[in-house]
Amino acid sequence: MQDPTTQSDNDLGRVEVKTTTCYMCACRCGIRVTLRDGQIRHIEGNPNHPHNQGVICAKGSSGIMKQYSPARITKPLLRRQGAERGTSEFEEISWEQAFEMISERLARIRAEDPKKFALFTGRDQMQALTGLFAKQFGTPNYAAHGGFCSVNMAAGMIYTIGGSFWEFGGPDLERAKLFVMIGTAEDHDSNPLKIHISKFKRRGGRFISINPIRSGYSAIADEWVPIKPGTDGALILAINHELINQGLFDREFLIQYSNAAELVVDDPRRDDHGLFSRFEMHVEEGCFDPENKLWWDRDLDKEISTHTPGTEPRLLGSFRLEDGTKVKPAFQLLKDRLEEYTPEWAEGITGIPAATIRRLAHEMGVTARDQKIELPIQWTDSWENEHESITGNPVAFHAMRGIAAHSNGFQSIRALSILMTLLGTIDRPGGFRHKAPFPRPIPPCPKPPNSPDAVKPNTPLDGMPLGWPAKPEDLFVDEQGEAVRLDKAFSWEYPLSVHGLMHNAITNAWRGDPYSIDTMLLFMANMAWNSSMNTEQIRHMLTDKDEQGEYKIPFLIVCDAFQSETVAFADLVLPDTTYLERYDALSMLDRPISEFEGPVDSVRIPVVPPTGQCKPFQEVLVELGSRLKLPAFINEKGERKYRDYPDFITNYETSPGSGIGFLAGWRGKGGEKFLKGEPNPRQWEMYQKNDCYYHYKLPKSYQYMRNWNKGYLHWARNHGMIRYAEPITIHLYSEVLQKFRLAAQGKGKGRQPPERLRKRIEMHFDPLPFYSEPLLSRLVDTHEYPLNALTQRPMAMYHSWDSQNAWLRQIHTHNYLFVNPILAHAKGIDDGDWIWVESPTGKVRCMCRYSEAVEPGTVWTWNAIGKAAGAWGLAPNANESQKGFLLNHLIPEELPPCESGEHLSNSDPVTGQAAWFDVRVKIYKAGADEPALTLPQFSVMKPLPGQKVRRGRWQAFFAGQLGKKPGRKKGSKV
Amino acid sequence: MSQLALVIDLNVCVGCHACVTSCKEWNSSGWAGPLPDENPYGADPSGVFFNRVQTYEVGCFPHTETIHFPKSCLHCEDPPCVPVCPTGASYKRADNGIVLVDYDKCIGCKYCSWACPYGAREIDAQNKVMKKCTLCVDRVTDQTLQESERKPACVLACPTSARIFGDIHDPDSAASVAIREQGGYQLQPEWGTQPANHYLPRRRSQMQIHEDELIRADNPLRKEEVEMPIEQGDTLDDVAW
Repeated sequence: MQDPTTQSDNDLGRVEVKTTTCYMCACRCGIRVTLRDGQIRHIEGNPNHPHNQGVICAKGSSGIMKQYSPARITKPLLRRQGAERGTSEFEEISWEQAFEMISERLARIRAEDPKKFALFTGRDQMQALTGLFAKQFGTPNYAAHGGFCSVNMAAGMIYTIGGSFWEFGGPDLERAKLFVMIGTAEDHDSNPLKIHISKFKRRGGRFISINPIRSGYSAIADEWVPIKPGTDGALILAINHELINQGLFDREFLIQYSNAAELVVDDPRRDDHGLFSRFEMHVEEGCFDPENKLWWDRDLDKEISTHTPGTEPRLLGSFRLEDGTKVKPAFQLLKDRLEEYTPEWAEGITGIPAATIRRLAHEMGVTARDQKIELPIQWTDSWENEHESITGNPVAFHAMRGIAAHSNGFQSIRALSILMTLLGTIDRPGGFRHKAPFPRPIPPCPKPPNSPDAVKPNTPLDGMPLGWPAKPEDLFVDEQGEAVRLDKAFSWEYPLSVHGLMHNAITNAWRGDPYSIDTMLLFMANMAWNSSMNTEQIRHMLTDKDEQGEYKIPFLIVCDAFQSETVAFADLVLPDTTYLERYDALSMLDRPISEFEGPVDSVRIPVVPPTGQCKPFQEVLVELGSRLKLPAFINEKGERKYRDYPDFITNYETSPGSGIGFLAGWRGKGGEKFLKGEPNPRQWEMYQKNDCYYHYKLPKSYQYMRNWNKGYLHWARNHGMIRYAEPITIHLYSEVLQKFRLAAQGKGKGRQPPERLRKRIEMHFDPLPFYSEPLLSRLVDTHEYPLNALTQRPMAMYHSWDSQNAWLRQIHTHNYLFVNPILAHAKGIDDGDWIWVESPTGKVRCMCRYSEAVEPGTVWTWNAIGKAAGAWGLAPNANESQKGFLLNHLIPEELPPCESGEHLSNSDPVTGQAAWFDVRVKIYKAGADEPALTLPQFSVMKPLPGQKVRRGRWQAFFAGQLGKKPGRKKGSKV
Repeated sequence: MSQLALVIDLNVCVGCHACVTSCKEWNSSGWAGPLPDENPYGADPSGVFFNRVQTYEVGCFPHTETIHFPKSCLHCEDPPCVPVCPTGASYKRADNGIVLVDYDKCIGCKYCSWACPYGAREIDAQNKVMKKCTLCVDRVTDQTLQESERKPACVLACPTSARIFGDIHDPDSAASVAIREQGGYQLQPEWGTQPANHYLPRRRSQMQIHEDELIRADNPLRKEEVEMPIEQGDTLDDVAW
């Protein structure tokens, strides 16, 4: 064997090195891909990339096994004539046949009733294109996966502070001294968080994790605080209670930058009860918060205009305006609300001792108050006050799905945003910081359509398919107040469902409520498995037929790169490429990868050619848009406007001459402009030269306090990132929510909810955060089903929408249900026993694993390890289908019938966020005679035509020799 | 003689397995490859991995610690796997202390894996050859790579930079400094194998709040003329005469 020091790896073949952007999860790290003889040798983190700074995760390094996976779909496929849907019987067709079939069908739907076409995508980082396609087509029935992921986090925070965690903002761990993570949040986003938590810990920062389970990042927390699922809101409200009662809040910050001191009408007889008292002023129409509100002046003891120079308002008290109106500062209302939420009260709900809750509040409050950061950066606020420095209170938070995926998540997240505001940590060093294009107005400007008239044959949709309602008039309902969208988003059932409700699309289409559709196009969404709740029934709905023998969902198109469970249910399968085979724009119009210091966007550029006949979904949309002659895809003469997707990205502008397109970098004819500028024909090339990303670093004085930073807001307006350079005041008190509540109370002349929903709206659209038990717990017998059941993904599979990967599946081949031994002993269950987990929706047989790292009222499992037999290119006897299981079978997608409706989604009543983590279960030992096999089982999915099923005992991957017969010598290739 | 090694910081390791697959990726197509997988798409898949992460729970609820523990060959200074090898295939490099296997000499007898107290060896049952972590000897000695990249793949990949690579015989190397200053320890030192790889223990930050610090004179509640949350209790003025 040759001495390893006498040769270089580069000598083993023809070497090329290319950069692109990873897509093994939603994180989007910069990668450097080394090819040997055209095959992928090595994928590593790109050291020059701002996002991941050279590191890479377990998934990223396993991209090779994804590229060469036997689960790849390589040809367009049509369900074989006579074969039943779901049996995975297909025949190959050509792309031309596929395009003809789709465009003929879609053209007919578009000419008759465009809403009969529904487009739902599992990924929401290409919404700029998919949303554009839906709007141009004219259908409102479009959403990505946000509704069943973390929309509560986005909505709860954006409706409060004008920004949210992950792509739009995050914890500033470089300067924080105390970091509090609530619930599972590891996957948004993973590598940057890992980098920063590690540095934070090494600097001596204190890390507290509040979570029912100690896994993931909680493992290295300095303190783990176990909590009962769904009670985060109670904990946070009690912390807020303690902070206010101790005076541990940043008074100056609250007065200047939030609506805490603003006077709210306090007279339940009036129609404007609970709205801000506003004085007459000419206000230009726009989606900003006009500065026509009042403070109560301390010295003059009377009302004054907010931000009057040299004045100081009251935060507490009850006052009467000159015209006799009774008012209270918003902060007084908040204090009144928090009165009952004592730490002792929260102890009984959360399971956390009151003394611990008090101590947590004190640690946060004292750290924020006594360890102030001061940076010598001058800046000017929106009221022309010049500041000599930027200051910050170094307490940072992070939370995502753990707190969001409950039906009370929106209000819990409002409470968290208010906690962060009380501590004075918004867009300040050491606290929460925004990422471009945020902060945006509360709520942001785009609105959904507000009447059924927005949907017209052969016409683009009048409005955005997804938007940000600010008042009942923005809801997308008909004259009866009922939903226009298939998923009932933006109806009174889920008024602020800003990411839609993809999780109810199939059930609603199957039931024909609110109407039946014709064609559903699913992209990268495994709705027949781990992306649906109540999976077994969803699979049934996909094959169910009406009295005429026709499928209730007549035509299903699935675009995916892999043989997922959903593919079996398709009528037409479109083979997508992998991320290594395609162009992609991760756009500022969508959810870019910006840093705290300024906007960043990025691209993918193919490093290998497409496999078989795979075609990127982006190309499919551009092709279909052109064939259907959707206005954005054709020129004045009605001819095809864009050659292909890269050409579209280069030349598309949001409106003719707007200068705003998908990519922000190197705009202008020669690439001399950024964010705004005419199309640059060499833009792709310039991205490629810069390692596939563009990063604009803001001047330091524009990097903080951006909600109220005059310089930043004007810069952002001038570069087309926001429409108004008005201050974005924090909504400690939410007037937006109060407007919906007033409507439910029958006040005013505007739209009002249907009778059945009045109480629900009145309760949940509370302008101040409150705690309520999750909906499902209120509607099921919690004595019969006493346990909470949770899922989370392991780090090697975060957001990775496939686990057929030969290397990653060896890390997690099947999952267990983790049970605290205290609970297991009480049920006579041993470690490793086969057990049943049962909810009112269904039951699953699986294996028990003891864990001391879970609170005893909770059981949990790694999600999406379990697979249907035969799917994902795996052998039918693979562990994933025999021992692995899917907890989703137990989670209802709808609530049991209640006074608010027969078929309400199991979701947050404000946002429609899927309440995955509300499910209640019981566990018991499986019978001694039962086989060691997980249930439910489904008929084995057959391999697809064009799928290269590899059944050999061995796979010895060696780049450059794949598909060749190597002369193997003792395991060494050299 | 220098002794290259890894120092693994358990204080920041979150168990993400980045080191596991980056190692597999680099080494499968490199000097030490391939790293074959048995039943890669079937039941009970089992492949060669030079580096694995084990997860342990320590203590009982609610005082539970979850420990992620990455483990690979420790490149012992006195490696028991070397003298037991009947063919001389198992050897320790004189120049940098890395323990390697010469596949051409290996007969797959597994004596070395019996001798290793750490279970760090990996049999390639397809080729009947013993394999193991090479500390990416083909990277760390490759002069065509930039110096910043002459590190094992796992070290470059690790998102929490929990893996410190260096010469533990050089007292000024980052690895030596970490061992010295942060309580670096060896696994099972009682075996006398002198593992070159070390681990750094968990460290805990705590916050002490003195009672007096909770309420400050500039408490914002004073501005609202609210009763302060200070319980003064009795004074001599109340009880003495």
